[in-house]
Amino acid sequence: MKLFTLKRLVISGIVIAAVVCLLPTFLNTWPHKKISLGLDLQGGMHLVLQVQNEKAVEAEIERTVQELKKELRGQDIKHLGIARTQDNQIIVKLADPDTKAAFENILSKTFSNLMVPSVTTGTDSVDFQLNLSKDEAANIRKMATEQALETIRNRIDEFGVSEPDIRIQGDKRILLQLPGIKDPDRAKGLIGKTAQLTFQLVNDDADVASALNGNPPVGSEVLYQEREDAATGQTTKVPFLVKKQILLDGSLLTNARVEFDQFQQPLVGIEFSRKGARIFDRVTAKNVNNRLAIILDNTVYSAPNIQERIAGGKARITGQFSLNEAKDLAIALRAGALPAPVKIIEERTVGPTLGADSVRTGLMSMLVGGALVIAFMVLYYKGAGIIADIALVVNIILIGGGLAAFGATLTLPGIAGIILTIGMAVDANVIIFERIREELRMGKSPLAAVNAGYERATLTIMDANVTTLIAAVVLFQFGTGPIKGFAVTLGLGIVASMFTALILSKSIYDLILQNKRSSTLSI
Amino acid sequence: MQFIKADTRIDFLGKRKFGFAFSLILILAGLVSLIANKGPNYGIDFAGGTLIQIKFTQEVAISDIRDGLDHMGIKDASVQNFGQKTDYEYLIRTARAEEMADKLAKSISTGIQTTTGQTPDIRRVEMVGPQVGKDLKNKALLAIFYSLLFITIYISGRFEQKWTIAGITAGALMTAVYFLSVFNLSMPFLITGAMVVTLALFWSLRLQYAIGAIVALIHDVFITVGIFSLLDLDFSLQIIAALLTIIGYSLNDTIIVFDRIRENTKGETDNAALSDLFNKSINETLSRTILTSLTTLVVLLCLFFLGGEIIHNFAFAMIIGVGIGTYSSIFVASPMVLAAHGKE
Repeated sequence: MKLFTLKRLVISGIVIAAVVCLLPTFLNTWPHKKISLGLDLQGGMHLVLQVQNEKAVEAEIERTVQELKKELRGQDIKHLGIARTQDNQIIVKLADPDTKAAFENILSKTFSNLMVPSVTTGTDSVDFQLNLSKDEAANIRKMATEQALETIRNRIDEFGVSEPDIRIQGDKRILLQLPGIKDPDRAKGLIGKTAQLTFQLVNDDADVASALNGNPPVGSEVLYQEREDAATGQTTKVPFLVKKQILLDGSLLTNARVEFDQFQQPLVGIEFSRKGARIFDRVTAKNVNNRLAIILDNTVYSAPNIQERIAGGKARITGQFSLNEAKDLAIALRAGALPAPVKIIEERTVGPTLGADSVRTGLMSMLVGGALVIAFMVLYYKGAGIIADIALVVNIILIGGGLAAFGATLTLPGIAGIILTIGMAVDANVIIFERIREELRMGKSPLAAVNAGYERATLTIMDANVTTLIAAVVLFQFGTGPIKGFAVTLGLGIVASMFTALILSKSIYDLILQNKRSSTLSI
Repeated sequence: MQFIKADTRIDFLGKRKFGFAFSLILILAGLVSLIANKGPNYGIDFAGGTLIQIKFTQEVAISDIRDGLDHMGIKDASVQNFGQKTDYEYLIRTARAEEMADKLAKSISTGIQTTTGQTPDIRRVEMVGPQVGKDLKNKALLAIFYSLLFITIYISGRFEQKWTIAGITAGALMTAVYFLSVFNLSMPFLITGAMVVTLALFWSLRLQYAIGAIVALIHDVFITVGIFSLLDLDFSLQIIAALLTIIGYSLNDTIIVFDRIRENTKGETDNAALSDLFNKSINETLSRTILTSLTTLVVLLCLFFLGGEIIHNFAFAMIIGVGIGTYSSIFVASPMVLAAHGKE
């Protein structure tokens, strides 16, 4: 018989391929694709954000209300109020029933996206109930989530995270995997910041104190500035009465960067687009000696007095920023505002020290467990035990090679899966060896016993492994992060163990038995 | 070397009453504990909440850590040692979740620093919001349900060589679950319902092996969950992974015994003889059953003692599962098959 049969060449080919795939993980060689470690092993942050995208719908309705008001003013149609209700309806009260046709004309021409579920005509007024169609609202929600994803991706890119994984989950969740984050708080701050920048005038005609007591003047609201006492670290909230009208917002920015004032205190310098600069010019010219509040996410950052008209379209946002805070704010403003606020609903952060510990303890238990099983197999099955041990080592190489080749992620439960495979992989060999021993006891020759043992054990091994494979597939489908890693190594381990037990170890036996005509078998 | 002599003849089926009694005690103990604790002791993965693992370079009093948390307004937190006492590692848990997310690490470490005088290394933070917890719970139950479903189809088909019946079973099971879900039943009821339907179907279709396997599976999973409840251990995503693996593993054991039973009982219908053949089959596969469990237990014990705290509970669940799974393939699955045979 030849030494190199096709079967042996294929087996060697598979094992060599696995070794080649596995090598880059330990050495810097081709094909340069390492086994990637999960966040629980290399340290990092897993976040799930919920985009409050119903806020984007509210904002759209609010915008429509403003446009309607403007349009009615332009066409000289009098109304007794246009308002958004809690359930995102717009109620328009026309003062004169005669203007009904004119208003309907406006609706069909300019606001064709609005549905008109009901119109109530009274003697001296007409009530229109308007809303967005379901599809339209759903579309706005979907767009908000997608836009939030893009914005967050831009922020993360500028923040500098290597190999972030950011994806949409369901209709309003965003999943972020950020390996190697050193300052989780800072990253969360940057990601979660809505970065809604607005410029609004401070209302100095009314009293802040009385507004605080619950009756702010129409068109104004109370917002706060947070001041931190450098010495005690206590923050105090200073109320400001600001006009609700937004004169200019962050969408017209072209650039934002960190600058320093004369005391070397960091601040964020912003530049407006040409359109933004024109508006800023006009607003400042019209409001000299008024205070202009710079508001970020409903918090007043500063409210400087406008001393003169400001041309050129540049402004500065000051506050008690640390350098990192100023940097992050600049990044957020450059990347743009989130279309709707986001909320962190799940966080899993593993520090780098714990990750390193997990790798160490995981590998340790794998080595010790593996060594014990290998020693046991040799003690119990002697020569056959060595074959099982070769199969076991090849099995682990195959799992490693498979992980690298498929670009799968190794997690701590994944290591547990490999350890479990070590224990279970010998099972296939045990089934075969026990069968061979039985056949030998019945007086068969070594060759016949081996052949019968493999033949009769094959079906049993398949049956037994399919069930664990089913569990692994289901786990892979439903699991997240680390658990998926477990499913992957368990599944790979089962497939590899069937290969090593049924094909590899059989082939080793054939090799031994073809040259040997002895009547004993070391088992 | 040989642990189990080739001529071993243990009368396992004769001792099945002891087996049933033992199983019954474990199941009842688990059940009582589960009822008393109102369900499993869900960890933050399912219940929602926040878990923070911190490490110091020297000993710190737990009461000081708690004081620090109190100052920050986190009053419901529990603090406990994590791992070896000499690791100076502690675990903080609180039921609060989303409102904690902001600047969490910084405020925790300054808060604890003021009372203990030491800056902790924040090694791990896990925060799961209530909605996410609920989603994960449903996902986990679905995973258990689907793996049971697929395994059911596989054993009734592959094992009894009745793929048509397997298809019918699967269809019936899906329909039953669909109707149950119409009534908006919660997941645990749904799964119990599915189990009852499966068992009833197998019984009426006389799929003896399938009944034996499924009963053994439920037995193993339930006892593992019960022991976790008795010992007040956290039920987390990892434990679900362990349970599913146990399902696969337990079946693995059972199938190997069944395979031998089927081989040995071909054509035999006499009940008394059957009992002997069952015993013979169990004894013949005993060596393999013990060996495989042994190697698996060895590696699991390594994982349990050396693998670190994070994987501790997973390893523990697997150890229980493998132990119970081995026991059930001998003392539960086979006697069930025999009992089902006796019905005919």
